[in-house]
Amino acid sequence: MNTNLIFLIILGGLIGASSGYLGSFMVLKRMSLVGDALSHVALPGIAIALILGINPMLGAILALTLAIVGIWYLGEKSQIYPEALVGIFFTGSLAIGILLTPEPEMFEALFGNIDKITNLDGLIIILGTVIIFVLTKLISKKLMLGIVSEDLAKSQKINISKVNLTYLLLVGLVVTLGVKFLGTLLTGALVIIPAVTARNISKSIKSFHILSVVFGIIAATFGILIAKILGIPSGPIVVLVGIFLFLFSFLLRSK
Amino acid sequence: MLEEGLILSVKNLNVDFNGHKILDNLSLDLKRDSTLAIIGPNGAGKTVFIKTLLGLINYSGNITWQKDVRIGYVPQKLSVSRELPLTVLEFLILKEKDTKKINDILLKVGFKQKAEHIHHDIRVLNTKLGSLSGGEVQRILMAYALLGNPNVLLLDEPTAGVDIKGEETFYELFKNLKKDSDLTIIFISHDEEIVTKYADNIIKLIHEH
Repeated sequence: MNTNLIFLIILGGLIGASSGYLGSFMVLKRMSLVGDALSHVALPGIAIALILGINPMLGAILALTLAIVGIWYLGEKSQIYPEALVGIFFTGSLAIGILLTPEPEMFEALFGNIDKITNLDGLIIILGTVIIFVLTKLISKKLMLGIVSEDLAKSQKINISKVNLTYLLLVGLVVTLGVKFLGTLLTGALVIIPAVTARNISKSIKSFHILSVVFGIIAATFGILIAKILGIPSGPIVVLVGIFLFLFSFLLRSK
Repeated sequence: MLEEGLILSVKNLNVDFNGHKILDNLSLDLKRDSTLAIIGPNGAGKTVFIKTLLGLINYSGNITWQKDVRIGYVPQKLSVSRELPLTVLEFLILKEKDTKKINDILLKVGFKQKAEHIHHDIRVLNTKLGSLSGGEVQRILMAYALLGNPNVLLLDEPTAGVDIKGEETFYELFKNLKKDSDLTIIFISHDEEIVTKYADNIIKLIHEH
């Protein structure tokens, strides 16, 4: 095993861990579909970055931040959660992104390419992971109380809408970190699948968070390793490893 | 500034949703340590009134609480999914880190030290919130409200889903809490017997056609 592969596996593990941790809240907030589809929004950002010749991660995070503020605003202002609008908005971004993405980079933008990970990307991923864990931990109690009952949280003077926005922006960050590994179509899956898997077998919030992180790490690291050995794109394999874990957890649960 | 001896003053309170008037020019002064019941038919605005007092709903008019107010709130119902892997302890710890305090409060709201039923004891702490019965959830919510050491309790039908025996226990608990400390209670109820027995003031909200 060469050092480059070890480097990639460690970075993948970090992305898996932060995706799993953030995903555990996403699943409880009943926003799985949003979390999954959110990554599609990154594509037009990546496309524009590729055209301009700048780091695709920068394009991704700008597009995601814009989309997240939009979703957050709709969620705050309308009584019903605008699920349908989210569906239209996300597939719309995907369509525009596909038209904009230069042909040679299309496959890579959609499904990721770990051979293109630079040292700078590595540094961004490490920093991003630290930011995600620290900030999420800081807002975790408020986030949790908001999941149980928004009224209860607000009655304690917690600014739920600020907490929600912070949380969603962190999800945007994790999707950005994962985009080179898994591509825009599949990074969202790494946020959702490990968390859903963990929920199947968790009996407390603590074990739920820990297992989400562990499953995220396993899916990402094993997926990358297998992809490298077989010489195929990492995104699909990471997702398939995640789904394999999910099926296993499902069997354990129904016992 | 609020007059001494009062805990709450409401003046000309108006709430409307999409041009539909829910609360129309409501005013009241509430004495410290008193018990106020809010009654009235469904849809008359009882829950809206409580939520407005908590600052959860936009309103016009004035709501003034005494400066030292600490509010405990028990919402009408908590729809907790069975899928939510949050234990009772993990829920209560969101408000209070001291587990001894949590244990004391659980005893107060009627959970026993020793097992009588499967959840019916302090072991309830490791049970998932979503696996509790409706009555048990209400008692946990009550415990949650009490953890902040409140001097005002806002209770939105606190005994919904609790059986008759449990309901009496609840109101006896309020009575005892009031004996021990300065505690103002504002509660919504449909039970006339309870209201006449425990409240010293009653507001009746009605529909206006």
